[in-house]
Amino acid sequence: MNDTHTAPQTQAASACDVERIRADFPILKLEINGKPLVYLDNAASSQMPQQVIDRLVRYRTTQHANVNRAVHTLSEIATNEFEEARRKLQHFINAREEREVIFTSGTTDSINLVMHGYGRKFIKAGDEIILTTLEHHANIVPWQMLAEEKGATIRVVPVNDAGELLIDEYEKLFNERTKFVGVMHVSNALGTINPIKQMIAFAHAHGVPVLIDGAQAVPHMKVDVQDLDCDFYAFSGHKLCGPTGIGILYGKAALLERMQPFKGGGDMILSVTFEKTTYNTIPHKFEAGTPHIAGAIGLGAAVDYLSEIGMDAIAAHEHALLDYATAQMSQMRGVRIIGTAKNKAAVISFAIDGVHPHDIGTLLNQDGVAVRTGHHCAQPVMQRFCVPATSRASFAFYNTMAEVDSLVAGIRNVQKVFA
Amino acid sequence: MSDYKALYQEVILDHNKKPRNYGTLEHPTHHADGRNPLCGDHIEVALNLEGENIGAIAFQGESCAICKASASMMTTAVKGKTRADAEEITQEFLAMATGKRDLGSLSHIGRLSVFAGVRDLPTRVKCAILPWHTLHAALNAVESTSTEAENDPMQAPIGDA
Ligand SMILES: Cc1ncc(COP(=O)(O)O)c(C=O)c1O
Repeated sequence: MNDTHTAPQTQAASACDVERIRADFPILKLEINGKPLVYLDNAASSQMPQQVIDRLVRYRTTQHANVNRAVHTLSEIATNEFEEARRKLQHFINAREEREVIFTSGTTDSINLVMHGYGRKFIKAGDEIILTTLEHHANIVPWQMLAEEKGATIRVVPVNDAGELLIDEYEKLFNERTKFVGVMHVSNALGTINPIKQMIAFAHAHGVPVLIDGAQAVPHMKVDVQDLDCDFYAFSGHKLCGPTGIGILYGKAALLERMQPFKGGGDMILSVTFEKTTYNTIPHKFEAGTPHIAGAIGLGAAVDYLSEIGMDAIAAHEHALLDYATAQMSQMRGVRIIGTAKNKAAVISFAIDGVHPHDIGTLLNQDGVAVRTGHHCAQPVMQRFCVPATSRASFAFYNTMAEVDSLVAGIRNVQKVFA
Repeated sequence: MSDYKALYQEVILDHNKKPRNYGTLEHPTHHADGRNPLCGDHIEVALNLEGENIGAIAFQGESCAICKASASMMTTAVKGKTRADAEEITQEFLAMATGKRDLGSLSHIGRLSVFAGVRDLPTRVKCAILPWHTLHAALNAVESTSTEAENDPMQAPIGDA
């Protein structure tokens, strides 16, 4: 053990009663390879508290029917619970109106909805779309598909060696052809928190709408879409202690109304004849077919759970974990942290000299420590930092300082095996 | 004994650190590029067939220890062997790594048995077999291969990585 850094007992750490919180997460009691699970892959997917699991069970055992369809009691209950979940999400991100909150299957689906609904209608040949080097493939590939279809061009904001966007370069990319900006709030690969409020204001000064990929931000900090003034904000339920297969697209009502539907089918129409179909109002225009009702209700329960702890307390505790882990790991010889932005979320991508990330992942797993290894669906980031892949520890509010110690001990063991 | 020792044995760590036949050949008669797109592993195998015999063989690339050690030990195992022998060892290696056959039923594996442990680590099987896929591709004049290719030349079962 390193005695220069003992786990700090910050106020934040005590504001977040971690031991009590951990008791809510049955999966955290697991042992992996005979060791207590140390789950540090929260950026890929977070775990569900019993409260969310119970809510899913209650829905499935006593409330399930299809929504928006029948007059029978169960259908009315299911519809009410589904719409109540929408209001919970609305308040969670402080959207002005509930119809601005669209249920999707996740961040990827949300971004594709904007690409089809907004991009295919409004982006034309010769137009330019601004993205950043940090983007997840989910916020690159749909725009490449659109650019190819329309003859539009993608311009990319570069980053510095710390993994921070070069805002001067971003501003220089704007011209009269710029028609859309897509940028992530928090980098899944490096943890960088981007100055999106400033970037949004700059784009708006040029009359350009902005989509924010908030997949990694919403679970870790208070997000207020009105304060940010973003036009679109996308995120996933499964990174937010909710179920997989559910996500959110927030969009400003005025924009959503001008967009074309993404998918056609039931629930998204007002009337259908073979001559003409009239689309439903938002949000239903974008929710064709039977939605993931249980997922939406489960996600509603997840944001209730998070709100009860408090996003500020969550952010503070995660910051304490990040600071502690960064202090420990930056002292280790042969360990390099990739992504050293001043403003970071609790994600640490790292490399160990002479050891491939896959071997790191396998060896840490033998110690019960779950980290992600690979390119994190952000190959442009890997290319920028000249690494084929990294290992990534990503923290949640239920992680502890002792788990940081387990990670550090695991890394020491990797170095020993490969010495 | 903890599990990782079963996989990260001395021999594997040694071949990772000091890979044999590492590099390229000037004018190889056969060459192929192997990739695992899921993890970014990349291996190039080059060899000279002299008649039916593998004269020289070399590999290089960017990969994890399991893949590199497997490639290194593969080159030493097949060097000087006939093409048919090399293919037979390849088949046995794949059968061992994917858990299709028990060690006892394999006659050409020898020291390569140190890789038997990957069968218990589905996410790492591909790391061990990528060099062998690539060798097979080279011997059959396929320029590039991928563990995710639909026309996977080895048709080895590929677990979800
Ligand atoms: C920044 C970012 N964007 C998008 C995604 C895609 O999310 P999903 O797979 O839930 O659609 C992820 C998650 O992997 C992410 O981290």
